[in-house]
Amino acid sequence: MVKSYAGVTVLKSVSVTVPAGEVVGLIGENGAGKSTLSSIIAGVVRPDSGTMTLDGEPYAPHSPHNALDRGVALIHQEIRMVPQLSVAENIFLGRLPTRGGRVDSRTMFAEAEAALGMVGIHLDPRRKIAGLSMAAQQGIEIAKALARKPKYVIFDEPSASLTEHETDVVLHRIEAIRKQGAGVIYISHRLEEVRSIAQEIVCLRDGQLVQSWTRGDVPVDQLMAAMVGRDFEFEHQAPEPAREHVVLEARNLGRRGAFEGVSFRVAAGEILGIAGLVGAGRTEMVRTIAGADRADQGEILLEGQLLRIRRPKDAIDAGIVMVPEDRKGQGLNLGRNSEENIVSPWERILGRTKLITPGMLGRIAAKSRAEFDIRGRMDLPVVRFSGGNQQKVLLAKWLVQTPKVLILDEPTRGVDVGAKMAIYEIVRKAAESGVAVLVVSSELEEVLGLSHRVLVMSGGRMRKILARDDADSHAVMELAVPTAAIDETNIDESNEDET
Amino acid sequence: MTSVNNERTTSVGSDEPATGPGGSRPGLAGRLVNRLKQLGGPIAGLIIMIIALSFLSPFFLTVTNLTNIIAQIADIGIMAAGAFLVILVGGIDLSVAAVMALTMMFTAWLNKTAGIPFVAALVVGLLLGALIGVINGVLSAYGRVQPFVATLATMSAAAGMALFITNGNTINGFPTWFGDLTVATLVGIPLQGLVLIVIYLAIAFWLRFRPWGRSLYAIGGNEEVARLSGLPVKPLKTLVYVIAGALAAVAGWINISVLDSAQPTAGSGYLLNVIAVVVIGGASLSGGVGSMGGTFVGLLIIGVLNNGLSLLHVNPNLQSVVIGAVILAAVLSDRAGAKLRA
Repeated sequence: MVKSYAGVTVLKSVSVTVPAGEVVGLIGENGAGKSTLSSIIAGVVRPDSGTMTLDGEPYAPHSPHNALDRGVALIHQEIRMVPQLSVAENIFLGRLPTRGGRVDSRTMFAEAEAALGMVGIHLDPRRKIAGLSMAAQQGIEIAKALARKPKYVIFDEPSASLTEHETDVVLHRIEAIRKQGAGVIYISHRLEEVRSIAQEIVCLRDGQLVQSWTRGDVPVDQLMAAMVGRDFEFEHQAPEPAREHVVLEARNLGRRGAFEGVSFRVAAGEILGIAGLVGAGRTEMVRTIAGADRADQGEILLEGQLLRIRRPKDAIDAGIVMVPEDRKGQGLNLGRNSEENIVSPWERILGRTKLITPGMLGRIAAKSRAEFDIRGRMDLPVVRFSGGNQQKVLLAKWLVQTPKVLILDEPTRGVDVGAKMAIYEIVRKAAESGVAVLVVSSELEEVLGLSHRVLVMSGGRMRKILARDDADSHAVMELAVPTAAIDETNIDESNEDET
Repeated sequence: MTSVNNERTTSVGSDEPATGPGGSRPGLAGRLVNRLKQLGGPIAGLIIMIIALSFLSPFFLTVTNLTNIIAQIADIGIMAAGAFLVILVGGIDLSVAAVMALTMMFTAWLNKTAGIPFVAALVVGLLLGALIGVINGVLSAYGRVQPFVATLATMSAAAGMALFITNGNTINGFPTWFGDLTVATLVGIPLQGLVLIVIYLAIAFWLRFRPWGRSLYAIGGNEEVARLSGLPVKPLKTLVYVIAGALAAVAGWINISVLDSAQPTAGSGYLLNVIAVVVIGGASLSGGVGSMGGTFVGLLIIGVLNNGLSLLHVNPNLQSVVIGAVILAAVLSDRAGAKLRA
């Protein structure tokens, strides 16, 4: 089957068969098309071409509801719960059991409790979702799908927000439903999990099926090779900067409840990587430098001058710009075209002296289009662009006027491999031209590959700054994880989307 | 200029045809056509209505009637301009019509009871409108009160105050020169129509060529993105409520002049017309979408519709039913158009 979005084909001629009573492991890099494939099977989106059969009968679900009726359930990587409702109501959302025209609470709570028990969660089904941990919510999401007794279940990164123990519980549960005869598609970045549970493994890359195995215990390096397709090379490191001209300095920076005690210096042309696990305070720290949140301790100095940053405007006027983590929620105005997105922060400054004319905007847009290799029509709203193209628009927005400090938070999340390389190139060039760059990334390879030095954070505190030669994945992980036992795959945050 | 090749590489495997060089801009004529296309549904509706009414009523397409229409819609149109700006940033202002009534009564009271010179009273009325706008803006931008609730409160208060000032009575007897202003015409257009056009052009210019005006689209599209882009979100949101309040007072001036009296109930029934104009003009209540041109077309549709239905002796009560249907038709055709363009 084929699926394309906004002129970018994200899935090309992929054929997959899921036998009843087996677990098919689906692997691939971010943007390989895994989530798209599962969305098609679960009726969330429709394929552009191709057909599906279910137990020998034609199957073309037009909605997730329809798919559920046919016995196909998707357990999504993103948690979708109504926080104001009770656990039980969330589990039975849309099909509350009734008796005599009223909601039959007794049956609902009893069945909810049973469904929760199946995934090993012991919670009062009467309590509200609000306030529950992500792991608990993920468990409830699974219980919700299983409560409908589906014949086929797709797990899309169920373990992304779970601890090891919780993951084990989920894996046992999947094993049990498989033995009951259900067919399962298990999507995960954690290859060990896939190996332990799958009877078959399918690997996607750039929307194509590249390899499949009819056994589960495939060596990890084989799986890796199939996912990546080639060795990951780092040609993106900018040349070693002369560290004389310190651009940005943070002294004992902190914000209550988020992070504290962060001090570092970044020179012109230097790329400082910021590594750490999810929740280490990396995003919070860079957000205060960019003025998105206010610091309540410490100082920020720009070229030796103390800087008071109270709002994003202060940072931008001083030359500190940030490409935020959440591209769609914080970075881009999705309904407007790329030209308007790019010029938006600069109109304020341009408009001080003259009128903003279409010609002026057009020139800026044309320049950034060429410079940042933005593809697709400039007059289309950016919501129709691919993730990689959107990210390029965002980079153009902040680099079209040369900043002094560029902050990148997860710059390649949900971006395909080709665009990833292009983005690295843009970052490298920016550094070469004398911009001081901060890169926050959960992809260890990315941090290590791009940065001159790596600042590691853990539990809201700065642990250490590693020089390039000392920074390898082992050293970083040792600092990032407070305890000795490390599961390296923990750092792969996987809740991005792929469109 | 970028080459066409760029386009090709992105469209691999897609059914989207490779279009011309996207980096270049269309010429003036092309841009004009594009803008008209964006307003396609409402403009087509307006033209059809005008043609149909010309056949249905011999009085419709006469100079007197057309100038009448412009004179009749000027006050609603001026309020709709302010309401559009508020809706553009994702807010809503329910208080405009009540503010108009209140500023009218206050101006009249200042002049007649407190003995303040008439022109000064007009200016104070304008300031009062702006002040209520400040309250609306501060409540919704800084106080984080939902604009619907904040302006519902000020609407209720303003309507009550308007009645309280004279205990519900009408004040009349203003300088004759002021009443003459709305009878006068310039190049065949009634003066209040010219005021309307100047206001629309000024706001359209602001939205298109000035940074703060342009920022309103960014704020309405995604407030957090606008904030992180360094735009002064809260001051600008407040500003649009102030503009809306002040324009409501200007609409009040016109009403005083036309009616030669100030009635506390003058604005009743205006609010829905004002919002209808903005919505028919293609603005989205979730913000970030719409234009002054669209609002103007929406205004003409409402004006032509009201006028035409009266000429055809349609029961006035049925006229709101028709307006309701037109609102739905406009919104649905807008959505269909958006799909077509997409």
